[in-house]
Amino acid sequence: MLKLRSVGMHFGAVEALVDVDLELGAGEVVGLMGDNGAGKSTLLKIVAGNFAPTSGRVLWDAAEVDLSPLSARELGIEAVYQDLALCDNLSAAANVFLGRELSRRVLGVLPVLDHAAMRRKAAELFAQLGSDTRADDLVRQMSGGQRQAVAIARALLSAPRLMLLDEPTAAISVRQIAEVLDLIRGLRAQGVGILLISHRMSDVFAVAERVVVLRRGRKVADKRTAESSPEEATALITGAIEAA
Amino acid sequence: MLTVAALAGVMSLVSEPFASADNIFNVSRNFAFIGLIALGQTAVIATGGIDLSVGSVMGLAGIVTGLVLGSGQPLVLAAAAGLGCALLCGLVNGTLVGYLRLSPFVVTLGMLSIARSLALVVSNNRMIHDFGPDEDLVLALGGGRFLGLANPVWLLLVAALGAAAWFRYSRLARHVLAVGGNEVSTRLAGVPVARVKLTVYVLSSLLAGASAILMIGWLGAVTNALGQGYELRVIASAVIGGANLMGGEGGAFGAVAGAALIELIRNSLLLLGVDPYWQGAFVGGSIIVAMLVERVRRGRGTAG
Repeated sequence: MLKLRSVGMHFGAVEALVDVDLELGAGEVVGLMGDNGAGKSTLLKIVAGNFAPTSGRVLWDAAEVDLSPLSARELGIEAVYQDLALCDNLSAAANVFLGRELSRRVLGVLPVLDHAAMRRKAAELFAQLGSDTRADDLVRQMSGGQRQAVAIARALLSAPRLMLLDEPTAAISVRQIAEVLDLIRGLRAQGVGILLISHRMSDVFAVAERVVVLRRGRKVADKRTAESSPEEATALITGAIEAA
Repeated sequence: MLTVAALAGVMSLVSEPFASADNIFNVSRNFAFIGLIALGQTAVIATGGIDLSVGSVMGLAGIVTGLVLGSGQPLVLAAAAGLGCALLCGLVNGTLVGYLRLSPFVVTLGMLSIARSLALVVSNNRMIHDFGPDEDLVLALGGGRFLGLANPVWLLLVAALGAAAWFRYSRLARHVLAVGGNEVSTRLAGVPVARVKLTVYVLSSLLAGASAILMIGWLGAVTNALGQGYELRVIASAVIGGANLMGGEGGAFGAVAGAALIELIRNSLLLLGVDPYWQGAFVGGSIIVAMLVERVRRGRGTAG
């Protein structure tokens, strides 16, 4: 589905990414790891269309693409960012549909918000995610896991094929982490490809088939989690092991 | 709403004239002018902004309407001129706040001074009481009554119902609340945030203009002091009605109830024989109390 071919990115003299290859198929979960400044976020922003790489090629379904935030969305790539970008004062359903509200017409002319349809569709999405989030609850009252579910449901609205998750388990409780990991498994079961950026070794090894490690902008490992170990990944991140 | 009913109940027991038809008529008319503007102010506050210029915009719109009437033009034209001035003020406020991202407080504080000064300039500081051939119509519009209620009250009722439906059913109002809740995420979701802000400032100014036109009909004359200090009462109405100054909350009926409450407090003080000089203290105090109640109701001690 997604292929990066020797992608490089530099900001002035700073080399953020050097010669990175990456492949990700439908229904595949790939954990992207690395220390701060290793290039994880830069890579994510390239795939999301926020940055154009300074070298290399991005292929989508074997065709070379020039990604912008809009075109990435149209191709079916949705990013869920760490800060979640939700409106605390609105309901879960309102957040899911923010900017894409459903309307119906009263008397054939006057457009009004179709609260019932948005509530129903949002509830369906939460059920599909296996989340206990209620469509009418205000985001302000929600747990971190439920917020994550709202952010993911919003991304799911456009039926994406690839989802980019930036630190979805940062700053939430252990029980909620389990919820979020279940969300990820649910997405995978529906054939959505997932690029999961995470600092948490245990999360990556719990849900990802492959782990990709970046160190100072270079890919130093790309292996099946079954054939690796958290210890090895840690050593790769810190540089104790050069490459694997 | 409950507070309004409670205060009204107490006052009708304590004070004989309070429950008289005349007094209720007066009170309802008095708060109609404020309530109308408070509807627009509530939308502005819901985006996390504030419109301090409404009182001055009233003054300018009132003076311009009066001048055009006095020059012998029909009411329709005069009202269009007054509302046009208000529209212009709203466009300037909204453009500066929405597109240039200037602080709403500073922009509308500037407009407060500008509009008041323009009212002085165009009126040359004269009182206008000659409303030309349409004088009777103007006086009837703002000062008349229909089925026992003052005309401005009817207009407020219609506007409040419209605003309530707008808050609940329009996409724009949803975006107004979203901008007040989290501006960055609303922008990321593809909502045209600047246009949303422009719209609420224009609405606020237009309602101030409409209120001014009604008010000159009631007063029968217009001076450039029209609406002076009203921004406080309007903002107080919106805040007492539940609009959150941090943005993201507010409703139409709240604004009307807030305006009613303030007018009731003023009226009660008068009837109870309290020196009118105290009114400002009570109105100001009620804003602060409303904020305190809101804080307690939410049960958290953070500064928002």
